[in-house]
Amino acid sequence: MQKLTPLKESPSQTAGPYVHIGCVPNFCGITGVYDQDLGSTMVNDQTKGERITVTGTVFDGTGTPLKDALVEIWQADTDGIYKTGDPRGAGDPNFTGWGRAAGDYDTGIWTFETIKPGAVPFPDGRMMAPHIAFWIVARGINIGLQTRIYFPNDPMVANDPWLTRIEHQNRVQTLIAKEASPATFQFDIHLQGPDETIFFDV
Amino acid sequence: MSDGPLFHRDRTWHPKPLSPDYKTSVVRSPQKALLSMNTTLSEETGPVFAHDMLGELDNDLILNFAKPGEMALGQRIIVHGRVLDENGRGVPGALLEFWQANAGGRYRHAKEGYLAPLDPNFGGCGRTITDADGQYSFRTIKPGAYPWPNGVNDWRPAHIHFSVFGRSFGQRLITQMYFEGDPLIPLCPIVRTISDPEAVAQLIAPLDMNNTVPMDARAYTFDIVLRGRRSTMFENRMEGN
Ligand SMILES: [Fe+3]
Repeated sequence: MQKLTPLKESPSQTAGPYVHIGCVPNFCGITGVYDQDLGSTMVNDQTKGERITVTGTVFDGTGTPLKDALVEIWQADTDGIYKTGDPRGAGDPNFTGWGRAAGDYDTGIWTFETIKPGAVPFPDGRMMAPHIAFWIVARGINIGLQTRIYFPNDPMVANDPWLTRIEHQNRVQTLIAKEASPATFQFDIHLQGPDETIFFDV
Repeated sequence: MSDGPLFHRDRTWHPKPLSPDYKTSVVRSPQKALLSMNTTLSEETGPVFAHDMLGELDNDLILNFAKPGEMALGQRIIVHGRVLDENGRGVPGALLEFWQANAGGRYRHAKEGYLAPLDPNFGGCGRTITDADGQYSFRTIKPGAYPWPNGVNDWRPAHIHFSVFGRSFGQRLITQMYFEGDPLIPLCPIVRTISDPEAVAQLIAPLDMNNTVPMDARAYTFDIVLRGRRSTMFENRMEGN
């Protein structure tokens, strides 16, 4: 019999406490190597869509904020098109779609200045409610955690083809941001506990 | 190029999130099962980084933080390899970011407390983007081993941290490269979060004498594999709900 010989994905290892050095060196005081930290700016004056702030904190199982987490987001533009890799075409040239932020050293709070994404189709063609994909790494996290945020009071959420697959519907609220003030959405991520955020194996 | 669904991750090959001997993982690992989903456009697309973003010294940690005319202290090495997907295809345009301690095992970081000295000419970060075949290389100094607060006498083997972007946000990966022959590898609680010895071996770079530059720098080869993609031929069915 012939053998299947796919390679194995390189195993993950923790980002460790000094992920800043590699990913946001200017943030941690290593200046003069890169002009600016990648992912620190997602929008410019020409970006189409509704400006929003997405902010939050990652909490461990004791309720302590992680002060060494790195969070990345990836989202569609206001028309629901991804900047790159999207078979339907190129996204808004004035929007990066990708952001990276480190938690504040003292508070653990991270923040993204972005726009509200448009809806994106599920593989079967139905539309998913507007959402932002998250990827979280830190010391003590052995493999990056994948989750999504959705927006409050969005009528599409109830029929979202991704969210309706979740067995424990009472956990879906962990994926819905809170509108802390107009156009500012708070999304706290709980690694453990009764409010543990849903993380995906996707 | 069709961007089909990503292969599912083999979570038995990756480290377990809860690894009690790596103490910080105890309160930072999810306790509920991950929810398994097939990828959608949100995971199959991802940011792309252009070669023109790179500075001339971004892949040279010996010089990129050094004062003019000076260089970082330590054993000069070249790290090179390919970024591939699980189908064995090279991944062009993959952004690699790497960071490491200096030759004495000290990081340039406000929260680092090891007594080994900083090297004024070493920052510890670099980056590069793979070429059309998925090849990359960079120059640095061999990092030192360092102690860390976990058990009372735990030491990290010499290692370089890697952050990797393929073509898809769902391929996002952070890992570490270790050096062939380091006796600290099997003792390290972070290495030991990976249970399969073959998986650990995938993170150990062999010394590569063929690509060593005589009288200058030894080479280590380190290939990185990202999630593969299914063929999209038969992906048009309606999904049940
Ligand atoms: Fe390290």
